[in-house]
Amino acid sequence: MITAAKTKERQNWMGLLARAAPVKVSLLLPEMPPHDLLRGPEIGAVMVRGRIGGTGQPFNLGEMTVTRCTIRLACGTVGHAHIQGRDKSHAVRAAVLDALLQTDQAAALTAQVLAPLQDAETAARQLRASKAAATKVEFFTLVRGEDK
Amino acid sequence: MTPEALLGGFRDAPIQTARAFRAALEAMARPGTIWSVEGASPPAPMSIAAGVLILTLCDGTTPVYLGPSLDLPLIQDWITFHTGAPLVTAEQARFALGTWADLRPVNRFAIGSPDYPDRSATLIVEMPELGATGAILSGPGIKDKTSLSLPETATFRANRTLFPQGFDTYLTCDTRLAGLPRSTIVEAA
Repeated sequence: MITAAKTKERQNWMGLLARAAPVKVSLLLPEMPPHDLLRGPEIGAVMVRGRIGGTGQPFNLGEMTVTRCTIRLACGTVGHAHIQGRDKSHAVRAAVLDALLQTDQAAALTAQVLAPLQDAETAARQLRASKAAATKVEFFTLVRGEDK
Repeated sequence: MTPEALLGGFRDAPIQTARAFRAALEAMARPGTIWSVEGASPPAPMSIAAGVLILTLCDGTTPVYLGPSLDLPLIQDWITFHTGAPLVTAEQARFALGTWADLRPVNRFAIGSPDYPDRSATLIVEMPELGATGAILSGPGIKDKTSLSLPETATFRANRTLFPQGFDTYLTCDTRLAGLPRSTIVEAA
């Protein structure tokens, strides 16, 4: 039974793997278990859409390159991945991880792979936010003497 | 989506689609010739040749109609997963897949307009048998005459009178396929 919480959890790890640096993932999971490629890895483009204006009208932000892959483990579990960029081996690795995270190895892999990736992402976001915060400008009005 | 629907796609898509496309092209350019294709293993009762054609010719921009005998959840999932083609009614379809009994009456399918005769449907007809016997074909791509086991002749004769509009047909059986473009003149044997 697939619950909403499980779907959310899977969305989280798929997103994390999609955004992660390929080198980092390959260092965290150097060995992949045997698997069959069902589709891909293949490179394509998707239109990224954003929201604009007060009413949240959708608009096309631009196209980005993605690589997708679907694999099946020996036990029959199917894993999917859509990753940013054109690194095919990263797409395969992300799909294998997606499949493995649905098996009983999930807890071990969460600690071994997902936690470091999550930490790295949080750190990168904080660094960017702090850099942006340093450029914040405080506006104030000079006294011009009309009040006297 | 069941795991079975995810199996049976091309293993080496760039090369296999190129070979399949060449076979599809030759079959349409030389009506009556029979070509062998391989690489796909679609869910039963869909034939391998029909699966290869779907994988090679269809994508997200080509709506597909499935005849009642092939309109099974497994086949729907297989086409959706491997090609992304939307499944639609007969009137909106660019590709239609089914047995001859499924696809009749064929006047439901798009025949294009005089300005855009290419906006027509391509029928992929699953045949129990496919051989160089039966109806006599002549016209572009055929030297003198040739024979092909068509399900019937009257419909294809009527389709020829619509030229340059009309639908094109692929006949598939197991791993073999033959083409019958709208330009071919069909006569009963």
